[in-house]
Amino acid sequence: MIRVVLPYHLRTLARVGPEVELDVNGVVTVRSVLDALEIRYPMLCGTIRDHVTQQRRPFLRFFACEQDLSLEPPDTILPDAIVSGSEPFLIIGAIAGG
Amino acid sequence: MSGVRVLVGTRKGVFILTSDSKRQKWDVSGPNFAGWEIYHMKGSPSDPNRIYTSQTSGWFGQIIQRSDDGGKTWFQPGLKPGEPTKSPEGFQIGESNKFVYDTSPETGKPLTTHQWYDGTQHPWEFKRVWHLEPSLNDPNTVYAGVEDAALFRTTDGGKSWHELPGLRGHGTGAQWTPGAGGMCLHTILLDQTNRRRMYVAISSAGTFRTDDEGKTWKPINRGLISQYIPDPDAEIGHCVHRIAMHRSRPNTLFMQKHWDVMRSDDAGDNWREISGNLPTDFGFVIDVHAHEPETIYVIPIKNDSEHFPPDGKLRVYRSRTGGNKWEPLTNGLPQENCYVNVLRDAMAVDSLDKCGIYFGTTGGQVYVSPDGGDNWNAIVHDLPAILSVEVQTLK
Repeated sequence: MIRVVLPYHLRTLARVGPEVELDVNGVVTVRSVLDALEIRYPMLCGTIRDHVTQQRRPFLRFFACEQDLSLEPPDTILPDAIVSGSEPFLIIGAIAGG
Repeated sequence: MSGVRVLVGTRKGVFILTSDSKRQKWDVSGPNFAGWEIYHMKGSPSDPNRIYTSQTSGWFGQIIQRSDDGGKTWFQPGLKPGEPTKSPEGFQIGESNKFVYDTSPETGKPLTTHQWYDGTQHPWEFKRVWHLEPSLNDPNTVYAGVEDAALFRTTDGGKSWHELPGLRGHGTGAQWTPGAGGMCLHTILLDQTNRRRMYVAISSAGTFRTDDEGKTWKPINRGLISQYIPDPDAEIGHCVHRIAMHRSRPNTLFMQKHWDVMRSDDAGDNWREISGNLPTDFGFVIDVHAHEPETIYVIPIKNDSEHFPPDGKLRVYRSRTGGNKWEPLTNGLPQENCYVNVLRDAMAVDSLDKCGIYFGTTGGQVYVSPDGGDNWNAIVHDLPAILSVEVQTLK
């Protein structure tokens, strides 16, 4: 079971709490986690990555086990702690504004 | 009992203001979608309980929300909680916010770039929905004006959207250039007497008309003069801020351009200036009285570098002669130290016997005049900056 922590506004869109749990088939990568997240919560389609290009939205970042994976290729294999569920995969909105 | 429902889109969410026909006492609900920018929301003329909302964010992109109960509850079309996430045919659900430009060869004119600020060609990039215009007779059909400028349509209640590519592809699209606020299609007018005719306005390309339900389009900007572009009377390139029409006279259009208030009596084929005695003819909003097709309203803004009312006095100007002769309306509006702006989608009228006029400001006030502009009251004072105001007249 993969744990994913969502930013506030995506929780309200998906009508969930701060963390969701997902079954991910096959190799656990950024792409496969996001695919599973969008299938389970289709209201999030297009909010984390662009509908067409599948590029990460510029003001969102991906973290796992204290590593910033935002700039890593989407097929980068996630750490074992994410795969086992002992650590969550974090989707974080950039801090901005005043 | 009749009444009104005012739909207010702000920088930080949706607010709904309701009142009876006297329009003196108001209930205020909201915010819904708190923290999101609401560029526009509008109800269906054929089903007042059906309301569509454009919800956007620099972080999370575009969302379309829909209500089927007059704004009490909302959902993303096609995505009611607990429903399957794929259709029986296996298609992915979750495309109510998918706006993809049509570049298919079938359209005959795939268009991928437009002119950028430096004169080079730049890819068309979807950013947000500026305006939602529900069909006059089908609550499941809605037109969406988007940035970068294009026109989309849904016929399934917002579950999916498809571009009407004839607008971008009619011939001048590659020359369109963004204004300071982006290259947005911000106004859509539907002709009640001719369902095949529609008008749109784009900053800063100009005004366009279709006479075949959106298949083909032509620029209608003859008579517009814009000194700030290389060719002041060019076919396209004008920064049209807003156009308005009375439903009984669909061939007469009124326009607030970047500078100049304009009028056409031949469905946009020719325009003439009607700024007359306005203190300044820069502004964003323009609207028409619900029962008097020659009574129009604008809110003059000082100039294109100082987006606030002249002399710090918030004045609506009314013309009862279809332009040229204007009178200031000030009773109940601040006449000192007022430095707000009124954005292009932030004025509306109701259709009660005594026509109500409404507008919202970047300072968070929503003003109403229940008597056609003679007297004004602030319904609310301290909302977030207001991007859009629409009114539903409830029978």
